[in-house]
Amino acid sequence: MAHAAASVVTIPGSGQLPRLMHPGAWWLWALCLAYAAMRTTNLLLLVEIAAAVSVVVSARRGQAPWANAYSLLLKLGLVTVAITTFLQLAIGVRAPGHVLVRLPSVPLPSWLDGLTLGGPVTGEAVINAFGAGLRLAVLIACFGAANALAHPARLVRILPAALYEVGVAIVVAMTFVPQLAESLVRLRAAQRLRGRPITGIRGLRGIAVPVLEEALERAIGLAASMDSRGYGRRTQQPVGVRRASAAALLLGLGGALVGTYQVISGGDRHGLGVALLVAGPVVALVGGLAAGRRGRRTRYRPDAWRAAEWAVVACGAVVVLGYAFGAAGTPATGVPLAWPKLELVPFLATLVAALPAFVTPPVPGAVAVRPALAVAA
Amino acid sequence: MIVFERVSVTYADATEPVLSGVDLHVPEGELCLVVGRTGSGKSTLLGCVNGLVPHFTGGRLSGRVLVDGRDTREHRPRDLADVVGVVGQNPAGSFVADTVEDELAYTMESLGIAPDVMRRRVEDTLDLLGLTELRDRPVATLSGGQAQRVAIGAVLTAHPRVLVLDEPTSALDPGAAEDVLAAVQRLVHDLGLTVLMAEHRLERVVQYADSILWLPGGGAPVELGEPADVMRRSPIAPPVVELGRALGWSPLPLTVRAARRPAGALRDELPEAPPAVVRPAPGEVVGELDRVSVRYGAVAALRDVGLTVRAGETVALMGRNGAGKSSLLGALTGLARPAGGRVRVAGADPRELRGRALIRRVGLVPQQPADLLYGETVREECAAADRDADAPAGTASTLLARIAGDIDPDRHPRDLSEGQRLALALAIVLTSAPPLVLLDEPTRGLDYPAKARLVGALRELAADGHAIVLATHDVELAAEVSDRTVVLADGEVVADGPSRDVVLQTPLFAPQVAKILAPLPYLTVADVLSARREAS
Repeated sequence: MAHAAASVVTIPGSGQLPRLMHPGAWWLWALCLAYAAMRTTNLLLLVEIAAAVSVVVSARRGQAPWANAYSLLLKLGLVTVAITTFLQLAIGVRAPGHVLVRLPSVPLPSWLDGLTLGGPVTGEAVINAFGAGLRLAVLIACFGAANALAHPARLVRILPAALYEVGVAIVVAMTFVPQLAESLVRLRAAQRLRGRPITGIRGLRGIAVPVLEEALERAIGLAASMDSRGYGRRTQQPVGVRRASAAALLLGLGGALVGTYQVISGGDRHGLGVALLVAGPVVALVGGLAAGRRGRRTRYRPDAWRAAEWAVVACGAVVVLGYAFGAAGTPATGVPLAWPKLELVPFLATLVAALPAFVTPPVPGAVAVRPALAVAA
Repeated sequence: MIVFERVSVTYADATEPVLSGVDLHVPEGELCLVVGRTGSGKSTLLGCVNGLVPHFTGGRLSGRVLVDGRDTREHRPRDLADVVGVVGQNPAGSFVADTVEDELAYTMESLGIAPDVMRRRVEDTLDLLGLTELRDRPVATLSGGQAQRVAIGAVLTAHPRVLVLDEPTSALDPGAAEDVLAAVQRLVHDLGLTVLMAEHRLERVVQYADSILWLPGGGAPVELGEPADVMRRSPIAPPVVELGRALGWSPLPLTVRAARRPAGALRDELPEAPPAVVRPAPGEVVGELDRVSVRYGAVAALRDVGLTVRAGETVALMGRNGAGKSSLLGALTGLARPAGGRVRVAGADPRELRGRALIRRVGLVPQQPADLLYGETVREECAAADRDADAPAGTASTLLARIAGDIDPDRHPRDLSEGQRLALALAIVLTSAPPLVLLDEPTRGLDYPAKARLVGALRELAADGHAIVLATHDVELAAEVSDRTVVLADGEVVADGPSRDVVLQTPLFAPQVAKILAPLPYLTVADVLSARREAS
């Protein structure tokens, strides 16, 4: 079957030379989709966003092992949905509406105002909890997609020099996760070889301490290596400039954070949120560029920004516009207890979000069968 | 190029200096080999060259270290990055970027080298070290030998004048080690690089050295000299040198090729074969693989492997990195789940065994013996082993004393030397007296004296009726202890037979003595000497 599909379906994007896309394009695209997920309460649209993301990932993810983490993150998303729904059923604010069942209720102290344990479970509460969980799962999927399409390490390479240190710290932390997993497997095996239990508190203690010791040793080794390879070597700059740029950076990022909250919370200050979301990064960037003059780092084979990158970002922009103006209701208003309606504008916009699977150049080294399979499937 | 003037180093929590009064001058373009026992200060000396000692490690350095005229007192390691390239013991742990190409460029990016120059140097380095096919590979997926070459390449792109290598081949199979050493050799010849290299496996590297720096340890003065001069007196020497010394050859040969000339006369006087070693006949079957396959995802690690191990046998398991040695040991201990076939250990399937039932049948000393250890002190570790095995109190510590001599029971297992840690792990495994004992790469990081002790311990175990399987790249160790050798390639058994026959047929796995005396079937210096005594 697979071979038949491969021979019939032409490889999407095969007109372009294989190359890795600029990581910024993929992360911007993922951010746009995440925004869409935050804007809508429509369960159909949420599922459609996840599908669009998955199509692009299966067509354009890289060859590296971490690209496989996407399916793991999807599973994590499903777990999130289950947990949020369950928590809402057991404990939660009792939204008024159509009562489905009445659980035995336990009175809680008055300072836990509004929370109840058990009690009547309404359809509205369930569907709201499910929607919130699903929204979180879709956000995780968006993050996972950006991660699979362009590893954060490559994103760090395009950061302004002032953010470089932070970026390296993030990358190092991320490489530690798989290594930690590897040590865990090895040390569990060792526990077994000593005839020890590998589960329970005793087992945990026998594993946790050596794993942490190993992680620490590895961190020290890596730091030594980075130091001997010229990390942190740069010309000195006056204290004033350094402080000013750091302040601008913090202020800008803080502003962006507040802006994000305003947008997500769906309150009436949506416009202010968008303004902050735009102004924050600009301030941070200016601060970063000012500080960046001190860095003497150069960049090896910087990623190119060409037509395909513009196309990907444009797809993301279409999604943002489609949801900003076309989506009915915000998360704050809650999900009505009814079948979700098909909202045509956001629905079409989300279809556009899947276009990068076709308009971007293929990943170098990818076997021709894989993108074809993704389409066939 | 490298100058040490009365250098002494004392670490913060130590009373004794690691190095004291070291005077040293390594001229440009030389490959200098640093030789010494574990704990003699080799790594400290290497760390001094680029200022990691004391800038990074702490401690106190008196005297002066000059590299290409730069004093490490005023220059931090990062300021010396354009002069000294350092590759540590664990290259995979030193990677900063995620793909080979970016890793090669990392140092240059830090140094602020122009993009077009960077591009050219990366291409040059890919060619120089034979890394072209690996350029897009994530560094996490490299094999040991590849990782070592990438790590060397990553410091070379900065065009340093000095290259410092700490045990570059100790984790590698013989083939990969030769690749790495050939690359280093080319750097010295073509680029005039000064190389300072520490390595325990002298049989692999001594032939490449222009000079040897001997660290006696314990505060005695260091010695820098011609390789032949130093080797004449060094207590640590590869088999070819030991043979030459024992037979009084002059000049002292350092390579197999140089030794074959004086060996002509020796071959004439030796009998056709060394006296047969009387070993007890192998006993009952203690471990059995029947058409076992193991796979990890799409990769087959073992394919239909059949193997029977009997009590009293010592089996060496050889093959390149990734040939399936560790998977075979994993199958015998129940760590690897067979995709097909049947595994029996002392009559039971190891996958179904837990706790004492498992450790009374089979024991494994893993590649990193420290994995087995998690007590705070050696004493605690031994007591825990007694409890785990339900053995009489003191069993483990008695075993430890037998294998490694006296070890301070209040020391932390992580502070022990490589050899002592291995001995402790072995003692713990033996506490439950399993009939089948497995060792994965036991000689990694061991110096010759520690290796000799290990050989003694393994021989005693075999005489006690334990069956031993050791996976190793160390052909000299295999020649010393094993009576049967199994060679794995691509997950299949390609040779299985008496060590003498198997090893002599495969030049890559033949020990130095076998190469010197070929076609005579001698494997070790002890073989030769005892045969000679008998003949005369």
